[in-house]
Amino acid sequence: MDSSSFPSEGLTISAKIVVAGGFGVGKTTMVSSVSEVPALNTEAWMTEASEGVDDLPPDGSKVTTTVAMDFGRIALYPDLMLYLFGTPGQARFWFLWDDLSRGALGAIVLVDTRRLDQSFAAINYFENDSDLPFIVAINLFDGELLHNVDEVREALALRPDIPLITCDARDKKSCVEALQELVSYTLSLAEVTDSGRIRSHA
Amino acid sequence: MSQADGDRPGMRPRSKRIRPYALTGGRTAARHQLLVETLISVPRYDPQLGEQLMPESKALYERARSQVSIAELSSLLTIPLGVVRVLVSDLAAQGAVFIHPTAHAYHHDRPMLERILNGLKQLPV
Repeated sequence: MDSSSFPSEGLTISAKIVVAGGFGVGKTTMVSSVSEVPALNTEAWMTEASEGVDDLPPDGSKVTTTVAMDFGRIALYPDLMLYLFGTPGQARFWFLWDDLSRGALGAIVLVDTRRLDQSFAAINYFENDSDLPFIVAINLFDGELLHNVDEVREALALRPDIPLITCDARDKKSCVEALQELVSYTLSLAEVTDSGRIRSHA
Repeated sequence: MSQADGDRPGMRPRSKRIRPYALTGGRTAARHQLLVETLISVPRYDPQLGEQLMPESKALYERARSQVSIAELSSLLTIPLGVVRVLVSDLAAQGAVFIHPTAHAYHHDRPMLERILNGLKQLPV
């Protein structure tokens, strides 16, 4: 694909950031906090991809299994739209994570320190099964940090090079800062790659 | 289940039991890479073309008169993502819709990433 020229005038291009994490960690809240339009919901229908996983009743009463994901958008410039997608929490929807991750700038994995295990699957996925740059953001539900950030890093067994920040998913400013942190991190990796080093995964 | 329902749209109300990919002739792969955030638009709206399309494609074509993403089309028209991809790809192949490039098409190069970062810093919060 042509990478040398910028789009012709008036043509809007789009970019995407993925918000991941387990059930109830605040993905939908974060997407809603930053989106300029009410967050939309799309039900991606599983058909062939779910064969062997979900046994469909033989009477055909359930034609498809659906899984919902939330998304929102921000017009950064008249010609550049940024989309945010919340991934379905359950690890068995990995094929949707692949689909959502494709082409993304990076991912923010939200964690709730009261339920760290809820986000293990997402961290495993981005550490091992994806090349996408990602950062981890501790969602401060009540505005205060219950655990030391270093303790959280240890509990998550997070690599030292992965940025770990705190944020409040209900607060737009805080969410936008998390997005900036992610894009800065992606940019820093682009610099590393430029100089010939390839990202490696432990 | 009568497969003819999917082949002859508009003949009678379609059963809700029809499988979504009947609309695509069973195809699940799109000819173009369509990410969920990929924007499409109609370069030159032709109402006559709209009348020749099957209802789902017509709905996509009408909605894309103002630029819209694949995910938004799926959500707004309640058509599964995979089906939107195949139908939009068909519309693009006949020149009815234009597929916009994404930031990914520019390999997330430095100027692109810096521009996105600056855009985020300038957001009113």
